[in-house]
Amino acid sequence: MCMSCGCDSERHDHHHDHGEQPSGGKIAVETDILAKNNCLAAENRRFFNEKGVFVLNLVSSPGSGKTTILEHTLRDLSGKRRSAVIEGDQQTDNDARRIAATGVPVKQINTGAGCHLDAHMVGHALEELPISDLDILFIENVGNLVCPAAFDLGEHHKVVVLSVTEGEDKPLKYPQMFHAADVMLLNKIDLLPYLDFDVDKCLAMARRVSPGIKIFQLSAKTGEGMAAWYQWLEGRG
Amino acid sequence: MHELSLIQGVVEICEQHSDGRRVLEVTLEIGALSGVVPESLEFCFDAAAKNTLLEGARLIIERVPATGFCSSCGVVSTMETYFDPCPCCSAPVLELRSGDEMRVRDLEVA
Repeated sequence: MCMSCGCDSERHDHHHDHGEQPSGGKIAVETDILAKNNCLAAENRRFFNEKGVFVLNLVSSPGSGKTTILEHTLRDLSGKRRSAVIEGDQQTDNDARRIAATGVPVKQINTGAGCHLDAHMVGHALEELPISDLDILFIENVGNLVCPAAFDLGEHHKVVVLSVTEGEDKPLKYPQMFHAADVMLLNKIDLLPYLDFDVDKCLAMARRVSPGIKIFQLSAKTGEGMAAWYQWLEGRG
Repeated sequence: MHELSLIQGVVEICEQHSDGRRVLEVTLEIGALSGVVPESLEFCFDAAAKNTLLEGARLIIERVPATGFCSSCGVVSTMETYFDPCPCCSAPVLELRSGDEMRVRDLEVA
């Protein structure tokens, strides 16, 4: 399902004959480079709202623990909320297999050389998921703190995951991503005793870049702090 | 490195607007806080334009400075980063007014 043109292919190489052509010169365009993605994202969002599905786009650097957070979240919410996952990675279906083991429907997107998911890929992935039967759809983006910030997928919120092993100044180093996010999960807090990571400094930096950001401190491994995250999810999805 | 995706978007937009005519020049407006590296756009442009109406076209990138509005004192000032405080009253947050755009402004056709 391509919601803009009904195509069933990944490529959009449309060529049109335009007959008689006017003479040359300047043409005002004034079009956002991301207009097509934004348009497809808006279609995805309309579709999600129509189906009553709450959609989160999880973004982070590689290795922050997005998949582990999802595994625990899906298991702990099973029976309470109906969920599904879209997994984005350049290669392999390793993460999709981990998610499938939780019993939740999952669709893997491999972007190949691509460094981010876009709204078109997500639109096609939706064809293979039982959207009408869902409360929450999690989209795990490609691990990358730069590019996914620019591409709206139609989600309700971007959730940025930052692990304490990455350093506290990530929000200032990658401001676009933290600015675009409404929610931040500070993960792996069980490791804090072994690290020189200043939590207060990190949270202050995140709030400088994204003043209204909602922050949860948690450890997917020990379960500490996960209850508050679940409560937030259950209040929305 | 999402500049390749972006420049493919530029080529697509230009082909839609050029009515089948060859494109000689494209002007983009790129905001200072858009997260886009103009040099990377230039680097990808020739490859993306190959075998399209844009092959051989000149790419002009105009940088749009970032400006922010201070809701405390009402002043609009230039921003270097997303987290600049207000230079007038030192309020910690400015609302971005410009500087995150990535736009095809116009093109010149044969």
